[in-house]
Amino acid sequence: MSEHALNFMPSEGFRARAKDVVENPFLRQSFRGAMDFLIGKRAGQFPNPEELETLRTLGEQIRQYNLGKLPALLVQLEENLSRNGIQVHWAETPDEANAIILGICQAHSAKLMVKGKSMVSEEIELNHACEAAGIEAMESDMGEYIVQLAGEKPSHIIMPAIHKTKEEIATLFHEKVPGVDYTDNVDALIQIGRNVLREKFLVADIGLSGVNFAVAETGTLCLVENEGNGRLSTTAPPVHIAITGIEKIVEKLDHVPPLLSLLTRSATGQNISTYFNMISGPRKAGEKDGPTEVHLVLLDNGRTQAYADEQLRKTLQCIRCGACMNHCPVYTRIGGHAYGTTYPGPIGKIISPHMLGLEATATMATASTLCGACGEVCPVKIPIPDLLMRLREESFSAPHENPSMRGQGAGYSRLMTAVWQGWAAVYRSPSLYGVVTWLGSRFGWLMPSRQGPWTSVRVPLKPAPKRLRDMLRERG
Amino acid sequence: MTQAQTPPPRPSDVYFFATCVVDQFFPGAGMDAITLLERQGIRVHFPEEQTCCGQPAYTSGFPDEARKVAAHQLTLFPENWPVVVPSGSCAGMMKHHYPTLFAADPVRKAQAEALSVRIYELTDFLVNVLNYQPEDKGAECTVVLHTSCSARREMGVHLTGRKLLGDLAKVKVAQQDHESECCGFGGTFSIKQPEISGAMVEDKVKSLKATGAERVVSADCGCLMNILGHAAWKDKQAGLKNPSLPGEHIASFLLRRTAK
Amino acid sequence: MSARDRILAKLNAAPVLPKAAPDIASWYATHRSSETTAEKVARFRTCIEFAHAEVYEVTHASWLQKLWEVLSAKEIGKLLVAPGTAHGQRAITELSQSGIECPGYDSPIEDWKAEMFHDIPASLTASRCAIAETGTLVLWPDADEPRLMSLVPPVHIVLLDAATIHNTFYEAMTAEKWKDGLPTNALLISGPSKTADIQVTLAYGAHGPKELVVLLIGEEA
Repeated sequence: MSEHALNFMPSEGFRARAKDVVENPFLRQSFRGAMDFLIGKRAGQFPNPEELETLRTLGEQIRQYNLGKLPALLVQLEENLSRNGIQVHWAETPDEANAIILGICQAHSAKLMVKGKSMVSEEIELNHACEAAGIEAMESDMGEYIVQLAGEKPSHIIMPAIHKTKEEIATLFHEKVPGVDYTDNVDALIQIGRNVLREKFLVADIGLSGVNFAVAETGTLCLVENEGNGRLSTTAPPVHIAITGIEKIVEKLDHVPPLLSLLTRSATGQNISTYFNMISGPRKAGEKDGPTEVHLVLLDNGRTQAYADEQLRKTLQCIRCGACMNHCPVYTRIGGHAYGTTYPGPIGKIISPHMLGLEATATMATASTLCGACGEVCPVKIPIPDLLMRLREESFSAPHENPSMRGQGAGYSRLMTAVWQGWAAVYRSPSLYGVVTWLGSRFGWLMPSRQGPWTSVRVPLKPAPKRLRDMLRERG
Repeated sequence: MTQAQTPPPRPSDVYFFATCVVDQFFPGAGMDAITLLERQGIRVHFPEEQTCCGQPAYTSGFPDEARKVAAHQLTLFPENWPVVVPSGSCAGMMKHHYPTLFAADPVRKAQAEALSVRIYELTDFLVNVLNYQPEDKGAECTVVLHTSCSARREMGVHLTGRKLLGDLAKVKVAQQDHESECCGFGGTFSIKQPEISGAMVEDKVKSLKATGAERVVSADCGCLMNILGHAAWKDKQAGLKNPSLPGEHIASFLLRRTAK
Repeated sequence: MSARDRILAKLNAAPVLPKAAPDIASWYATHRSSETTAEKVARFRTCIEFAHAEVYEVTHASWLQKLWEVLSAKEIGKLLVAPGTAHGQRAITELSQSGIECPGYDSPIEDWKAEMFHDIPASLTASRCAIAETGTLVLWPDADEPRLMSLVPPVHIVLLDAATIHNTFYEAMTAEKWKDGLPTNALLISGPSKTADIQVTLAYGAHGPKELVVLLIGEEA
């Protein structure tokens, strides 16, 4: 594993990062406003609860059906892609994926790679690897471009620059893009980005993209986008490299329409995205454009670990719409960067432990009230709260043999376990419960006025002087 | 949602599972809920051996400990009577999570499933089983209702509390912004992530107060503990003597409004 | 063992019970209705206009006249066309007489990439069919009418035959049996290029065409 990956410890400093945002009223207001906007847009797309519910059930069935035959579908996909002339590569780790991509770049003596939006390329930190190899990797999605220009990472999987105001972007463009005057007119800012990136598309050696759905029966890679940078990345340069997690596969072409509808309506509240791009091969003889080589990199990076367990496998149903983060009261308070992982929000909490190990991500699962807003909106019905409870259990239980996850037991503490065992001993025994709660009611006034973090923003808890059972006994 | 669509016949007896929070921190709410049920001609049975549904350990990642506590509750309701719970959260635990919790134990799993169908959240029971229509005897007032996330998303009973308040002729129910958003309690979340929890409850109390309602009512005492605890803390910071946002369990409010 | 073999071995080792195949056809049968051509035209128009496309209803006889009007109104004097297609030929023949230059996409992009990116203000392509539910054009680029035509020029003008509008995406792909033969690149286009990446403010013309014009060919009057 590469050095930066080893140092990637999102659990460390999570609370401090969260605190920074929570105490910044401006950021708080801006996340709240953006999330309210996206929540409203999604709600407008699903006026009929019955349609929504049955479509979500269908989405869940499609994803579970395809996960149910994942290894066979991967083989079928590989056969059909190869038949179509698309070269398939397999990578178990981010380093392997980076090596494959850099190998292709080097075979073409590539100097410039333009990138369509790809969270998997963020997951493997491809830009780092390219930089180290002397290849310029240029983000072309407007949000990603802004974030890259600022030297940051995306804070949302669909809206990478949602943490930035137009004034900040105006300053950024003025300072970083040669010859650009300050303007905070959004249309003008987008035109600046368009003009800069057009020149890059014109000369790029490699176009890189993600994949939203890979269709096994036809050997087709599907991409969803609004800007056209995905199409440019996959059409203008002579070589196109697509990268995807191994789970993004469907057997049949007709599995795509329901998933596409769920994806765009849940993500940005659009009934469809501006572009839906279905790529089934490189340029054929006689065709006048399109890349002459197309590659697909299939990445594991912990997905096989999630796959091995029936409950954890549901994590892989995800179609990356981001609705869970838009509706998450925790994400709304702290934004994406606080998580410290490629994928923030509820989906980040359940998928990151498979990529980075529980030892690096144990805190994330505790940062949820289990309010269920994420599971309620998930277009493929991933039971996110149940998975968070499972991850808590995996983290806090004593390390044991043959664990289901890397880092199992990472959050184990003898003291905490003893506390819960003591709690169980009291609450499973009516007589002990009776004694303890009686003492509580009689001596509640002795409760300290500072009760740890609880009293940082609340008055202390005091048991009532009489318990319900005492009141009932007195009543007779 | 998750409740049976056809209401069961009106029972003569019910069990009352108070929850540990009500027993220890909000006993008045428990008394009022019991009185409310009794006034409808129902005999209410309170098994003295009850303690806690086990949810605190369950949601904290300690299912073994939760199972021990839950196993004890499984034995407390032998008659085929409904079990009424004055909390959507604890009712959700018993109704939806007990069968999963005992998935590997066929005997207890069967018990859990048999119990599951008898579990009712209080407001759901009042509306959908008893068809309770409260007769308002109080003066005009405005309240705001906070519904717990479990009541809303797990039990699907977020409309019954609103229906009961709506039936009170002189009570105006104010509408807060972000009504369906969590108050930030989340059990151990509030102490493991105090900054985020604090921000959430701060926003929740602001939204509730912004309605101008004179009190908040809720069918879940966990949320009330958090919301009222923060509101009182704010008052203390501001040097206020009287609570700027008083609150109580919906059972207490209903009982007072309908008292002769 | 290769990475491929290791990944497949891990997946194959997982205890997975097969799940029933999803019944997609019946969901669409119960949740989407079949509309008449006129209804589909209306729905298509509403949706794609909502996404900021311009739509003009024309006939087989009149579309070139409308095309000329659109280009004139936009002060565009040059239109990229596909000379290997019938509509491309008609455009070349008839528009050239009206003072519109009609270069053809007749050599590989490598020969003229910079010109394509810098000097082509508009293009004309056909669409294979369309989708009423979402206001979507389906393009099926080929050797005659290549992929970049609908992407690089700032204004993209599309011919659509009203009779080819389907109710849904699902209906389009099943009725036309797409799975039996997809082109190198099939495309759904539902408006001009856009982005909301700056402060969720919508802006058009992010990377693809800033303007999308649909010439919707209906029944002859």
